[in-house]
Amino acid sequence: MSAALEVSDLRLAIGGVNVVDGIAFSVAPGEVMALVGESGCGKSLTAQALLRLLPRQVRQTGGRILLEGEDITALAERRLRQIRGRRISMIFQEPQAALDPLSPVGAQVREASGLASAAAREAVRRMLAEVGIADPDRRIDQYPFELSGGMCQRVMIASALISRPAVLVADEPTTALDVTIQAQILDLLRRLAAERGTAIVLITHDMGVVADIAERVAVMYAGRIAEIGPTAAVFSRPRHPYTALLLAAIPRLADEPKSRLAVIEGSVPQPSEYGAGCRFVGRCPFADARCNAEPPPLLETDEGHFSACWHTERLA
Amino acid sequence: MTGRFTPGIAAILGLLAIYVFVAVLAPWIVPHNPLRQILLLRLRPPLTYSPSAGWFLLGTDDVGRDLLSRVVDGARASLMVGALSVSVSLLSGTVFGLLAGWFRGWIAIVVMRIVDIVLSIPAILLAVLTVAVLGPSFANLILVLGLTRWPRYTRVAYAQTLQVATLPYIRAAEMAGAHAPRILLRHILPNIAGPLMVVATTEFGLMILFEAGLSFLGLGIQPPYPSWGSIMSEGQNYVASAWWMTVFPGICLFGVVLCVNLLGDWLRDRLDPRAQSR
Repeated sequence: MSAALEVSDLRLAIGGVNVVDGIAFSVAPGEVMALVGESGCGKSLTAQALLRLLPRQVRQTGGRILLEGEDITALAERRLRQIRGRRISMIFQEPQAALDPLSPVGAQVREASGLASAAAREAVRRMLAEVGIADPDRRIDQYPFELSGGMCQRVMIASALISRPAVLVADEPTTALDVTIQAQILDLLRRLAAERGTAIVLITHDMGVVADIAERVAVMYAGRIAEIGPTAAVFSRPRHPYTALLLAAIPRLADEPKSRLAVIEGSVPQPSEYGAGCRFVGRCPFADARCNAEPPPLLETDEGHFSACWHTERLA
Repeated sequence: MTGRFTPGIAAILGLLAIYVFVAVLAPWIVPHNPLRQILLLRLRPPLTYSPSAGWFLLGTDDVGRDLLSRVVDGARASLMVGALSVSVSLLSGTVFGLLAGWFRGWIAIVVMRIVDIVLSIPAILLAVLTVAVLGPSFANLILVLGLTRWPRYTRVAYAQTLQVATLPYIRAAEMAGAHAPRILLRHILPNIAGPLMVVATTEFGLMILFEAGLSFLGLGIQPPYPSWGSIMSEGQNYVASAWWMTVFPGICLFGVVLCVNLLGDWLRDRLDPRAQSR
């Protein structure tokens, strides 16, 4: 089966520095792939690049983005508008802020559908019911402030999916929601992805969310992919020291109370501090001269599991 | 005030309807010809009766014209000046502000510098200049008022657009494939309409006063035709001896400005669904 979305060698630069440096991944229809990393690693910029809506100061300096086999990197703005919301759409972190406060939610979903008014209301009502909104006949005419955060996220999902896009980019869709609602929204996303064959790119920093919903995960560090592979494999046998340390840093209930939290020493380098070699070099326990000199390539360590480290064998 | 339809707002709408009604029907309901001078009956106080000419309910002015007729007839000029000049400047100012706030970059620089320039020229000077070049007429009056006042709306619209354009729901609309005109009209304009409405309603009263100032300089409504402003500026000279010449048009102006301001407050709340449920 061909990929719904295929990104190769994506490079994004701010003022001459590649803040996203050679990202590549692909997502199959119906698959959920997570992009994890800490703040500033370039995951949100990558998401924006997928819809070709980058902030002004960011330039794409290389790479291709194939949406259902079509290269969208060179398309004109007019064509892109027809693609956005129809073939690739996006949902955000703060659902209530992502809806126009002065427009009824039904109207906003309809706007995304591009349908004419007669058929549209019924389609919107059905879509709202499908994303699990109780009493859609009443909700359809309500304003965002009358709905809870979880409900608003369901509305966002409804408007993102009503045109049956091939790809849904979800940028921290559950971060602003409380944990029980979080689980419901994740369930909903997983179910809709499976039913409709929508590929989901999930941007998050929450390892729990990744474990919950994603089939594959790409771990990003300082603008590069450190490790990518099936979620189960990456979590049980991480092949990059960053992933390993990250997983070790998650506090567990079994930990001794008041024991020190495990941390990764040091901090993420600023784009101006990027050296010639591996970008994790300053914080890595395995770092040596080669790591400083040459960036490690992303190599397959197990089937479908890739890691960008010169010392993968030491983590085996 | 909430956006609900209360007896208060009904009274305001009723009063405004009366103003408009009177202004439109002025030629048919005036008791006297507003331009006819009876020099024997100069500066008569309200409730003067003359066996030959009849009642002068609000008295007469300095050349013996019936004040009630002049105030009623002047309503037309004043309300039209207020409504039209506010519409012209609101429309143009908002369009410039929206475009500058949305596209930013050099468009914003050019537009906002023009705004600064226009605001730095004294309005009266610009008015004198325009009228001197184009000649005094009603259309030129509207043009002058529109030309000098649009930057106020542009500044408000620009600042509001900058702020609203960064909000997630605008980005969400972009990501859903909406094009710029649609986003500007459907999503940004309704969300910045509140502050613009407030500016527009305060400007409405100001425009009527501005017209009075221009009339005083001989650049506005041309005598002998009345407007509230011109009646008041003529009455200024007699304010100690013939108070009625300034007080009655003043009351009319006060009433209409108050009504428009209250209506503006109500409309602003009315346009915001969040205010209605409270």
